[in-house]
Amino acid sequence: MLLEARGLKKHYHTRSGTVKAVDGVSFALEPGKTFALVGESGCGKSTVAKLMLLLERPTSGGVLYDGQEVTAMRGRALRRFRREVQAVFQDPYASLNPRLRVGRIVAEPMMAQGDLDRAAIARRVAEALEVVGLHADAARLYPHEFSGGQRQRIAVARALAVRPQVVILDEPTSALDVSIRAQILNLLSDIQDEYGLSYLIIAHDLALVEHFSDATGVMYLGNMVEQGPTGAVFGSPSHPYTQALLASAPRPDPDHRLPTDVIIGEIGSALAVPPGCPFHPRCPRSFAPCDRENPERHVTAAGAWARCHLLHGPAPSLAPAPHTPERTLP
Amino acid sequence: MIVAGTDLTGLSDRELARDWRGRRISMVTQDPMSSLNPVYSVGDQVGSPLRYHGLAHTRAEARSRAADALGRVRIPSPEARLDDFPYQFSGGMRQRVVSAMAIACAPEVMIADEPTSSLDVTIQVKMMDLYQQIQQETGVAIVLITHDMGVAASICDRIAVMYAGRIVEQGPARALFRSPAHPYTRALLNAIPKLGEKTRRLYALAGQPPSLGAMPKGCRFAPRCALADAKCLAAYPGDSDLGSGHRAACWRLSEEGAPDAA
Repeated sequence: MLLEARGLKKHYHTRSGTVKAVDGVSFALEPGKTFALVGESGCGKSTVAKLMLLLERPTSGGVLYDGQEVTAMRGRALRRFRREVQAVFQDPYASLNPRLRVGRIVAEPMMAQGDLDRAAIARRVAEALEVVGLHADAARLYPHEFSGGQRQRIAVARALAVRPQVVILDEPTSALDVSIRAQILNLLSDIQDEYGLSYLIIAHDLALVEHFSDATGVMYLGNMVEQGPTGAVFGSPSHPYTQALLASAPRPDPDHRLPTDVIIGEIGSALAVPPGCPFHPRCPRSFAPCDRENPERHVTAAGAWARCHLLHGPAPSLAPAPHTPERTLP
Repeated sequence: MIVAGTDLTGLSDRELARDWRGRRISMVTQDPMSSLNPVYSVGDQVGSPLRYHGLAHTRAEARSRAADALGRVRIPSPEARLDDFPYQFSGGMRQRVVSAMAIACAPEVMIADEPTSSLDVTIQVKMMDLYQQIQQETGVAIVLITHDMGVAASICDRIAVMYAGRIVEQGPARALFRSPAHPYTRALLNAIPKLGEKTRRLYALAGQPPSLGAMPKGCRFAPRCALADAKCLAAYPGDSDLGSGHRAACWRLSEEGAPDAA
């Protein structure tokens, strides 16, 4: 367990009440593997990324890096954490300082670390640019001289230059052209294979997540509703929300009919998380216990777990008939 | 640009504003928050094209027609929401309000530019279903602009694939997805990960689209195309007719039938 979230909660106190952005999330990144967080906007997945990067401090629960509580780290240990856990953000137009040359952008994390001399930093910059497939001359240019895909390569180079163990990827390809996305995803896979990095990827594109990750967590209103090996979560989704997400994903097939009855309404507000199962007001199969108690985890046959009352006992009428990704509703 | 037999490029700005825009051809943009004015109520905004085009003569008439339009985009209790402001609506509901404005005057054509890209998938499904229902009810022709092949597949009858300013392939949706002819269309379809098909590596198209200031001389896709030869670099190919309205612009296509891009 390289980087681990344990009962992570982040509540924001506002004038209109308490926003429970993240409300008890646990998962672990294993060396060389990818964990994905999926869910709709407002589910708290980006807040989790900020907590894992220690850009925000949890209200309760913890983030452990190599077994050490991150929020308690000081001095040398904190500097090591800052070096070994890096991030690549969604928008490479916003994440690169337009006034700095690319060489300086990639060098800055190493300068902040302060343990390398100028010559060593210059060597690392050249290496990192080469790894991401950019020419060494790129170091002398400014971000505006690059396309979106190339800029995302620069952001990846900046994360790699300090030789991290973990990279947190927050929607790393959603700002890019479709034909460029595959280039960046393949690059990230190659880098992971070569350096044994762990990734935490946050994405709303489910097909991308299925392709790219080893384990997946599905978040809904600050809660993890289903979690496990990606093959299990995508192959036999157990939670009605996971099923609804998968069934709603448009497919490049004109004969595929998308169902409109798998989910009701829109995501609620983290200001007023519904009692019981947070998904019950949108669940077409909710029944008696759903608005009273949040279900316990239920380990599924496929080896994932989900929190849903349907898994603990039979629903009143309908036999559970999950929409598997292969199945099309009439 | 011909709509219902009239060439819009030959019209003056005044004619366009008076008879066409919002009346016979309307538009939905990607970001509903920037297409709505935050300081006017939703009822005023949906009613304004009706009053402008003389389809509602009084304020009361505009309000009731606006409520009709909001009802047609399935906004619950539309009368009660007329006096609400855009910030009081969720993202999905705002996109419905924008769509209500676009269909308020019963146009013949609606252009929807990435209408669902800012929405979550569960909401996106409902918007696409709504567009299909509106189309069945009003007969409006929809031009959907999207980068998402899945969205295009789920609601379009015909699809045109553009590259660097030109349509490289167009045809019935089924033909385009079942037997894509242009190497660019094939590359696009191969480059997207698909649910239920775990592949080790994605097919990645090398390079990037040309900059608009420095277009390649021949086929604009040739510099990135695995099949390009001297002819492709020299001149832009004409359309090849593949039957049933399926056309593609590729030199290699006319030479040896369907090329294999990936």
